Amino acid sequence: MKEELIVSGRMNSMIDPHLNIWHWEIPLYLFLGGMAAGILAIAALYFIRGREKDYRTAVRLTPFLAPILLVFGLLALFIDLRHKLFFWQLYVNIKLQSPMSWGAWVLMVITPVSFIWCALHIKDIFPKWDWKYNWLINVESFFNRYKKVLAWVMLIYAIILGIYTGILLSAFNARPLWNTSILGPLFLTSGLSAGAATTLLLSKNKDERKQFARIDLVLIGIELFFIIHMFMGFLASTQVQIEAAHLFLGGPYTVSFWIFVVILGMLIPALLEFMELGKYHIPSILPATMVIFGSLMLRFIIVYAGQFSRWLY
Amino acid sequence: MTNRRTFIKISIAGAGAITLGAGTIKAMDWISKPGNGESVKVDLKRTPTYCEVCFWKCAGWVYKTSEGRIWKIIGNDDDQHCSGRLCPRGTGGVGMYYDNDRLKTPMLRVEERGKQVFRAVTWDEAIKYISDKMKDISSKYGPSSMALFTHGSGSSYLTTLFKAFGSENIAEPSYAQCRGPRDEAFFATFGEEVYSPEITDIRDTKCLVLIGSHIGENMHNGQVQEMSDAIDKGATIITVDPRFSTAAGKSKFWLPIKPATDMALLLAWMHELIYNNLYDKKYIDKYATGFDQLKEHVKDFTPEWAYGITTIKPDIIRRTAKEMANAAPAVIVHPGRHVTWYGDDTQRIRAVAILNALLGSWGRRGGFYRPAKLSVPGFALPAFPKPARTWQDAFPGKFPIASSPVSNALIDASIPENNPGYQIRGWVVNGTNLITTIPNQANTLKAIQNLELLVAIDTMPMEITGWADVILPECTYLERYDALRITPHRKPGIALRMPSTAMLYDNKSGYSITRLLAVSLGLKDYFPFEKQEELLDWQLKKVKSSLEEMQRIGVKNYEREADDLYYTDDENVSFPTDSGKIELYSKYFEDAGFDPLPKYTAFEEPMEGFYRLIYGRAPMHTFSRTSNNPNLTDLMHENSVWINPKVAKEWGLVSDQYIWLKNQDGIVSDFPIKVRITERIRWDSVYMVHGFGHKQKLMERCFGKGASDTQLITKVLVDPIMGGTGMRSNFVTFITEKSKQEAAL
Amino acid sequence: MRYAMAVDTRKCVGCSDCVVACQTENNVPSGFCRDWVVEVTDGTYPQLEMEIRSERCNHCINSPCVRCCPTGASHFDAGGIVLVDHNKCIGCGACIASCPYDARYPHPDGYVDKCTFCSHRLKKGLDPACADVCPTKCIYFGDLDDPNSPVSVILRQRKSKTLIPEAGTRPQLYFLI
Repeated sequence: MKEELIVSGRMNSMIDPHLNIWHWEIPLYLFLGGMAAGILAIAALYFIRGREKDYRTAVRLTPFLAPILLVFGLLALFIDLRHKLFFWQLYVNIKLQSPMSWGAWVLMVITPVSFIWCALHIKDIFPKWDWKYNWLINVESFFNRYKKVLAWVMLIYAIILGIYTGILLSAFNARPLWNTSILGPLFLTSGLSAGAATTLLLSKNKDERKQFARIDLVLIGIELFFIIHMFMGFLASTQVQIEAAHLFLGGPYTVSFWIFVVILGMLIPALLEFMELGKYHIPSILPATMVIFGSLMLRFIIVYAGQFSRWLY
Repeated sequence: MTNRRTFIKISIAGAGAITLGAGTIKAMDWISKPGNGESVKVDLKRTPTYCEVCFWKCAGWVYKTSEGRIWKIIGNDDDQHCSGRLCPRGTGGVGMYYDNDRLKTPMLRVEERGKQVFRAVTWDEAIKYISDKMKDISSKYGPSSMALFTHGSGSSYLTTLFKAFGSENIAEPSYAQCRGPRDEAFFATFGEEVYSPEITDIRDTKCLVLIGSHIGENMHNGQVQEMSDAIDKGATIITVDPRFSTAAGKSKFWLPIKPATDMALLLAWMHELIYNNLYDKKYIDKYATGFDQLKEHVKDFTPEWAYGITTIKPDIIRRTAKEMANAAPAVIVHPGRHVTWYGDDTQRIRAVAILNALLGSWGRRGGFYRPAKLSVPGFALPAFPKPARTWQDAFPGKFPIASSPVSNALIDASIPENNPGYQIRGWVVNGTNLITTIPNQANTLKAIQNLELLVAIDTMPMEITGWADVILPECTYLERYDALRITPHRKPGIALRMPSTAMLYDNKSGYSITRLLAVSLGLKDYFPFEKQEELLDWQLKKVKSSLEEMQRIGVKNYEREADDLYYTDDENVSFPTDSGKIELYSKYFEDAGFDPLPKYTAFEEPMEGFYRLIYGRAPMHTFSRTSNNPNLTDLMHENSVWINPKVAKEWGLVSDQYIWLKNQDGIVSDFPIKVRITERIRWDSVYMVHGFGHKQKLMERCFGKGASDTQLITKVLVDPIMGGTGMRSNFVTFITEKSKQEAAL
Repeated sequence: MRYAMAVDTRKCVGCSDCVVACQTENNVPSGFCRDWVVEVTDGTYPQLEMEIRSERCNHCINSPCVRCCPTGASHFDAGGIVLVDHNKCIGCGACIASCPYDARYPHPDGYVDKCTFCSHRLKKGLDPACADVCPTKCIYFGDLDDPNSPVSVILRQRKSKTLIPEAGTRPQLYFLI
């Protein structure tokens, strides 16, 4: 028998007996940020491709959620900080090797951009909206003129927002479960999927709903492919990554991962959406909420399980 | 007090008015303000002290922050005991000062509304109560009916007081509960004891043989440091232990011996050395007597014979004997320290002493050196009255070889049913938690019930204080002067202890307490100096130093004058024995009616489902003394019971599970203990660290943590030679949560 | 200048003096520790062997904690020591997650803390507190670029290992075996 233990009584809060430095705040932010990224990316993409009239909800309505999600996400991040008074240091330093630094600056750009995008379409919700001040009206017409540029900026930063959280986690090689480059694309796809599901939920246009059901189906397919690929990678990798994979293959996170993330979050909604595309009438609220729920659970389980995976003892 | 005593759980409410000193310490604020070491402004002035956390008494320096808080304690580079490096307990001494569970005020047992509680009293009240009672006992029964149980720096003053009072019943539990057998065994063989610190020349040895000694887990600073030096120099370590101790982990040979059979191994080694002519013939011829009787005695104790008893293979016994002989005289068969195991302990250490003699290690480099101790005059005191009775008059004829009063004998003499020659009626207990020190707790408690006076002098509210009539709270060593540390070592040396900071609570130093008692008892003449520092200065001036100098340097070492560190080849050494030689055959024992040469005795083995209880030390604790120390509880806050994986599998136990232990007499541990499943322990035994399982609620860090081994040591094998209490013949079985519930149904 | 530390596992007895000394020297808050002692036992009774190690932050050359810090609070100091600037740390915990040795911890005051090789002592020419106190003298420290420093000398004389070398961090805490 091999016995390896710490004999000097170490029990550092949040480090021992296993790492639990990040709690609900981080996965919640990852989800909110990812979903906002998906919403904004889809809105920008369809605007650039000139399909604004076909997909009015996606381009003009759904994005109203984005600033709310981003603000709540930022709030969650702020709550998580343990040295809150110094948070401004994030914005007087850029560390190119730190994905967290990218994230801070990306959020710095995309949050105001999302507000502006919503401001341009505010009359869809409040028809009697009046900007009142002349300079505000000038600003609005400025952005309306350069809406395509704005859309490009929004598209690029939304994609960075959607993918960087996965890259951030995958850069921690100390947590073998996260240390896979699949995580970035997986999170991005999950975010896009949640964004598409939101439009599916909100749209009153049957054709739009059908199109987004199709989009979502494809995205879920890609996600499943990434997940299979991720497991293949782990199981063919080093001992620590094999052990990390086993957290989901018989270990403590098996049930929650396969049921909440894969079955409820991906397979069943995909089935429902497939049936929707056939002749069956499925209320779209069902697959949409399940996809969003799955996206949330994916973040939670990856963050918690990742902190459980380790190199030592 | 004629009413039956109850154990008073000292609560903050019961402590009455607690007077606080200059600095009120909040519960969590036991350490200096957190921050970078850089940002803490330090007071570069340092004060010398010597540590009181264990008996090694390493000298050190106390550093404070500019705000006056104690920052850290480090070793004094000139000190022979520690060479500038303290052990974890000494480094953690800071915690002793800041422990807010400390005793803060004198307390008196009173009865209120039919319940016994402690009331906070002034020092005058407490001292008067004690001296009135002592005078009462003296007039009714004679002064010898007062007994002192003591450990630590306060012993010297209280000893003077008691002798002046007329009682020589002064017992250090470290004698009969710990080192007594080995001191008597070496005394009988070489005419000298092994001292504290032990005079083992480990740093220059080529072969260190440890019989059960667990240096490394037992953190006797100098011994651990020197063992490390020896390892660096390539010394061989041979460890004889049923447990894979830390020392075993560094040994060339680990002999996983069956418990209670060490004597057979020692005798076989003697056989090997003698019959293969591996012993130091020149040394024996010149310095020893009784060789022929020894040779005849060990004739049949072959390694094969020992194998059958110890389970150590014969060729290992031969190889290790050769290893020792090759290294001789730079070899140490370590006498150990806590050797009260089975009741034949004096004889077992006699075997160790004989082995050392055969190897020629006594008085040689790498073996045992000749200690030198500075002679420091004490202030002339009036002669002590001759005590009417000594401790031996309580049980005439018992323990004839004991050169020190036997604590358990004094305890037994406090119980009238034992029909002692005279009954002990009052105890003063200083710096020792008798409840967890003395095995067979029921007996100790029975004795306490018969006392008319029990005084506890302590820094912490340990279990003994809960039974006392009067509690006198001493300040910690960091807040007081004490007697000079004058210990034997390679060079004569002294160390000063002085207060580094103001007293936190309504405490007094041991010297002050004793002097107040002396004055109250009319014995002021024995304590002519009111201020201890004046006495210290007087003494220091007699050895060409001064208080001022010692405050600056902390430690002063002198040159050897009398003799050399080791015997020289042409030296004609005269040993302080009856014959003037090393007595391999002990006529001294024979005349007292004991075996002149050690014999093997078989001891009881555990019954089915039971395991031998073995206990020991952890390097970060000194039993009760540090149990509640916040620095050290951070390292280890509970003990665990080590169980072999085969046994754990049989019982279905898992690591970190909590179980209760029940011994052969049906005693169940008060608190559950954590299971550690480890290959390091034999399948017929379990191991736990001594000093946990405390019952005083006020000690918030150690209350209820771990289990007490003392509670489970109910069977005591008393050594007839000197009264040592053998404690390793107790066996335990396990009670899991499940079986407890089933039993309740 | 490249500071490094070597711990002799043959001499370490696991007494944890290094932990207490660090705690008092650096005012480490109760319940936290910057260094710790690991005991490894292998085999079946009575064929056993044991290794004891005093561990702490490895002050890695390729340190992931410096790399991932968004504000630069985690930085390299003189001699390659990794330090945390309390006034730049936002307490995000990324560095804690990035350390394969779990050497960092969240200080109650909000910032992230860990072993500093007692940089405040090094500036005065003293050794780190743990090396200074160790009763077995099993902790060697010094400048690897100086061939006569205690750590350089002992690393030449003895076989050594580092922990999780495959993590690629290039740790500067060596264990003499």
